[in-house]
Amino acid sequence: MSLWEYANPVKFLALSAKVQPFAWAVAAIGIGVGLIWGFFFTPDDFRQGASIKIIYIHVPSAWIAVNAWMMMLVASLIWLVRRHHVSALAARAAAPVGLVMTVIGLLTGAIWGQPIWGTWWAWDPRLTSFLILFLFYLGYIALWEAIEDPDTAADLTAILCLVGSVFALMSRYAVLFWSQGLHQGATLSLDKEENISDVFWQPLVLSIVGFTLLFIALVLYRTGTEIALRRTKALAVRLERDV
Amino acid sequence: MPDLGKYTEYVLLSYGLSIGLLVVLLALTLRRGRKARTALRRIEEETSRNGKN
Repeated sequence: MSLWEYANPVKFLALSAKVQPFAWAVAAIGIGVGLIWGFFFTPDDFRQGASIKIIYIHVPSAWIAVNAWMMMLVASLIWLVRRHHVSALAARAAAPVGLVMTVIGLLTGAIWGQPIWGTWWAWDPRLTSFLILFLFYLGYIALWEAIEDPDTAADLTAILCLVGSVFALMSRYAVLFWSQGLHQGATLSLDKEENISDVFWQPLVLSIVGFTLLFIALVLYRTGTEIALRRTKALAVRLERDV
Repeated sequence: MPDLGKYTEYVLLSYGLSIGLLVVLLALTLRRGRKARTALRRIEEETSRNGKN
């Protein structure tokens, strides 16, 4: 069995129907337990006090904001190379989810920055590239809405997605390129010295797993919606032509 | 409720805004999905009635 079989909408929808209940359930458990554990049952950080509790939302949302764009990049490349409509629709379906996660990342970052850095915003490399990623999300969604022909829209948005990937990657790795920013380095690391303490790490990983599964569940559901809308439009045109 | 000290408003604002945005995203996603699936079901019934499918 080939992966490309799922380019067929019927097969994709059948697989999606099987995966979704699991994804929704793990998302609810991961986010629910992760946030409750992090909020109620973790100690304050010795430097950042209770503001550390923002990490359980800020890091998972920022993680999804960047990886949603990466998923859109892969789907866009599949569209450009193999012309599978489901992949273009999946990229379109993921964009609003990525946008909301980017907004949450920006808002929680600003709210966290005020008491810790003494400012809501700084033109730090990571923050700035994240803001540009937000603008790319807006542009991507607007471009889909602005172009009537779905194949042309898929082509142009795929190219926009390729360009935006630079900023998605930059928002993740900016702290490595430039060291003058306010934003700290990676929160999670395989290096025991750099990784955050276990007491914060465990609920954070649970929350990240929950957010990831929420993203998967939302994208599967929304791709199903896009397929339904596309088929409705095609049938409407056929009905009109035959009347 | 844990004692959040001088960070209370910042932490609660972060959680409130984030959970609110996630709920809105979920609600809009489900509403749009339900509408699209209902519209598809209707037009499929219509096409099958007309023997066009």
